[in-house]
Amino acid sequence: MRISNRSLTRSALVHLILGGYTIIALFPVILIAINSFKSRKAIFRSPLSFPDTDSFSLIGYETVLKQGDFFGYFLNSLSVTLVSLFFVLLFGAMAAFALSEYRFRGNTLTGLYLALGIMIPIRLGTVAILQMMADLQLVNTLWSLILVYTAQGLPLAIFILSEFMRQISDDLKNAGRIDGLSEYVIFYRLVLPLVRPALATVAVFTMIPIWNDLWFPLILAPGEETKTITLGAQVFIGQFVTNWNAVLAALTLAIVPVLILYVIFSRQLIAGITSGAVK
Amino acid sequence: MERHEAGGKQEALRKPFRWHILVFLLPAATVYTLVMIYPLAETLRLSLFREVDNSPIFVGLANFADLFFDSRWSDQFWNALWNNIYFFIVNMLVQNPIGIALAALLSIPRLRGRSFYRTAIFLPTLLSFVIVGFGWKLILSPLWGVAPTLLDFVGLKFLFAPWLGKEAYALTTVALVSVWQFIGLPMILIYAALLSIPEELMEAAECDGVTGFAQFWKIKLPLILPTIGIISILTFVGNFNAFDLIYTMQGALAGPNFSTDLLGTLLYRTFFGHQLQLGDPHMGATVATMMFLIILSGVALYLFVIQRRITRYQM
Repeated sequence: MRISNRSLTRSALVHLILGGYTIIALFPVILIAINSFKSRKAIFRSPLSFPDTDSFSLIGYETVLKQGDFFGYFLNSLSVTLVSLFFVLLFGAMAAFALSEYRFRGNTLTGLYLALGIMIPIRLGTVAILQMMADLQLVNTLWSLILVYTAQGLPLAIFILSEFMRQISDDLKNAGRIDGLSEYVIFYRLVLPLVRPALATVAVFTMIPIWNDLWFPLILAPGEETKTITLGAQVFIGQFVTNWNAVLAALTLAIVPVLILYVIFSRQLIAGITSGAVK
Repeated sequence: MERHEAGGKQEALRKPFRWHILVFLLPAATVYTLVMIYPLAETLRLSLFREVDNSPIFVGLANFADLFFDSRWSDQFWNALWNNIYFFIVNMLVQNPIGIALAALLSIPRLRGRSFYRTAIFLPTLLSFVIVGFGWKLILSPLWGVAPTLLDFVGLKFLFAPWLGKEAYALTTVALVSVWQFIGLPMILIYAALLSIPEELMEAAECDGVTGFAQFWKIKLPLILPTIGIISILTFVGNFNAFDLIYTMQGALAGPNFSTDLLGTLLYRTFFGHQLQLGDPHMGATVATMMFLIILSGVALYLFVIQRRITRYQM
């Protein structure tokens, strides 16, 4: 009896701490979201209550949709993220296959060279990157961002994917070789499908920093046509600082895509981390 | 290419040059070299030059001498460097212990609601700096009054101050917001490490009467030290490269009075200029080179000293 009482208190304490921290983690997000649906008066009078029929208002969203081209920003972010992701996964998997499958002179060295970028942030090369993009006339194009993000994502992708590819049995690939399949077919038909879970993990890790980045859009593509949603929200909020309805609505709109992606991929993401993909 | 020639000489003995290796490696190596390695090297090179009459002139380490000793630059540089060190220390001391504690609680066997807690606590890590920065700015704003109201609930209203606007508190406040955002990372990595500890080990510990907190402190903690090492170096690299959060919360001038200035915001201002001064790519490159050297020495210290000293246990 005493023991079960003690374990009950203990588990209550554990839930109290975890629940408490969960509130700290979610509170700001929820606060922003509920206040974005309120009238200006209600935002200030009772920030902590949910909107009711009295205080409900969409004025913030109307301002956002009228004033900012959020749909265009969203499309820019989406195309930059997806195209970069495609190149990171394709080029990353190809390089990882070469490094894990073949023994050739300079293999380890090439692997180390490509891994340098895991720890050294690409941001430190910004001065020269801007110069190069200006020379190539790529400033204020989405391609400048795609190039930078592809380079940024490759090191970790190659590292994780080659770890996974080393675990694929040689018998399978050798059977393919005996059947006369070329190395390219072996890569595409046999190896890629087997590392699909690893590709998904890499995709999530690659996607988040690209979607959220503020530095490179600010420096390489600040033009109205090429603004990403992160930069667009930043600029919009900067202009509308005193319009709290609009700011809260813009923040909520910026949270929604991330939230949707997270709900879809959270299992994959956490499974990827806990299976040791990043150890 | 050497390989090709060597193969040519001994054609009969050696396999032909395996072009497919080159084809597989070339796209990644090209993009990585041209867009990442070359600009990094070029930035290091630019830091040794200066613009005189529209043409670059080699000046050796003069830019670095200016950055360290010439009061036009050195005040801001040392200020940003110390702020950055303080920012890192706050992150290490608050984020990682809390992250480890949360992971330890999450890994308790048969815990109900585990995946809900895990998902919720990890969520802020995925939000963009714009959301995190402005969201907290609004919450902490005395105009809105959410923070004082909440403090009032627990009877601590007298503690409230416009933290972000006070030189003495602003940096700590921003550092704590950064902790709030990134706590999911140590939590999830430590959680994964704790899960990989074999069941039998814990059963053996229980047979010996080592349970609860003692079990965590004496058995689990030594086993997850390598992961704590990884978290520390990730925090280090992230913190000495931080820019976005300061920029969204305090602007490029990292106010009030540069009290939240980090190396990242200093780099941005030096490179692009702001109200008070013109942008200077060469001084920008000099700041970037200093950041590079700091990050590189941190990574080297981790790889060659810390990682080798940590005892790893076969599990």
